[in-house]
Amino acid sequence: MCGTCGCGTGNSFSINKPGELHHDQQESHSHSHEHNHDHTHSHDLHDHAHPQNDFVHLHHHDHSHEHSHSHTIDVEKNILQFNDMQASRNRGYFEAKNIFTINLVSSPGSGKTTFLERTLTDLKSKIDFFVIEGDQQTLNDANRIDAVQIPVIQINTGTGCHLESDMIYDAVKKLEVKDNSVLIIENVGNLVCPAMFDLGENQRVVIISVTEGDDKPLKYPDMFAGSQICIINKIDLLPYVNFNVEKAKEYAKKVNPNLLFFEVSATKGDGMDIWYEWLLKVKR
Amino acid sequence: MHEMSIVMGIIKIAENEAAKANVTQFSAIDLEIGNLSGVEYEALDFAWNVAVEGTVLENATKNVHKIQAKAQCGDCDTIFDVQYIYDNCPKCGSYFKSILQGKELRVKSLDTY
Repeated sequence: MCGTCGCGTGNSFSINKPGELHHDQQESHSHSHEHNHDHTHSHDLHDHAHPQNDFVHLHHHDHSHEHSHSHTIDVEKNILQFNDMQASRNRGYFEAKNIFTINLVSSPGSGKTTFLERTLTDLKSKIDFFVIEGDQQTLNDANRIDAVQIPVIQINTGTGCHLESDMIYDAVKKLEVKDNSVLIIENVGNLVCPAMFDLGENQRVVIISVTEGDDKPLKYPDMFAGSQICIINKIDLLPYVNFNVEKAKEYAKKVNPNLLFFEVSATKGDGMDIWYEWLLKVKR
Repeated sequence: MHEMSIVMGIIKIAENEAAKANVTQFSAIDLEIGNLSGVEYEALDFAWNVAVEGTVLENATKNVHKIQAKAQCGDCDTIFDVQYIYDNCPKCGSYFKSILQGKELRVKSLDTY
């Protein structure tokens, strides 16, 4: 979708590496709105000439024929087919190159980037990481990842509220992701829209923090239904907030009984070891 | 507002079909949308009016067929209607279920003039 006007032509998102010249917004389409409205459908008066054998039968209708040529085309197509198709291509590419891909989703401010920074810093000696950052605007998150010396690329979606599989396809090519690595995609901070868009990832990881409501899994069930892992972040703040961890888990399990939980504090480091253990195991 | 992306997807499908059928406008479009598809009907209407202008769907009547979600219990096999994704089995109370229908997001058909 166009980041400037909301119209749907062209590729309106921009992909940038930290340190690259950054245009405010890539204008990849022009805004000409020429509509052609001259539909001439004159089916009401017909002169039919019927040559039959050797005499010509010419008659003129003084009543109007309502010739309706309308017909129904059976389409039966999934509306998200283009995203799903590209996601499948991405998945095949990742599989062939043994790239383990995580789609990290959450509402804004749950600590996605801090969680990511800590994971990268602590595990970069053991795992080759690559990161795709998704935000509406700015290179801020990519710069934070760049600061811990991990190859990173930023997708700015403009007004878009989620990443789509074609953006990942473009970003992966530009990022030159190596074989046998772990690719982490930090989605746009939004607990609603990214739920519907498969990017081709192996695992979807949803983060909630204890400064949010513990009923979030019930309020935004789609995201929890589509994830395999749930990280409960900022547990060091539990003594100060009204968040019941067991209740949050119970709600999340109602939505998705197969969810796997990790309770962590990305800033203090609590619980991160268990998460690392899991990541190293699935990575192998 | 991912509904805008949804409408763009619908328009893309319609434009491909228009090219195949060699028409410039459709008179109607029939959509099948399940109540677990994640689409907000009002948001879809809003996005629709903005997005279809100047496309093959500009004058098309939009007919939305809502599909009631159904699931089968993973523990006792009961089939039941689902309003919310976290609904449990009315018979045994289990939350393990497979969704049978209700996640549809489909262009069913297009009508030409």
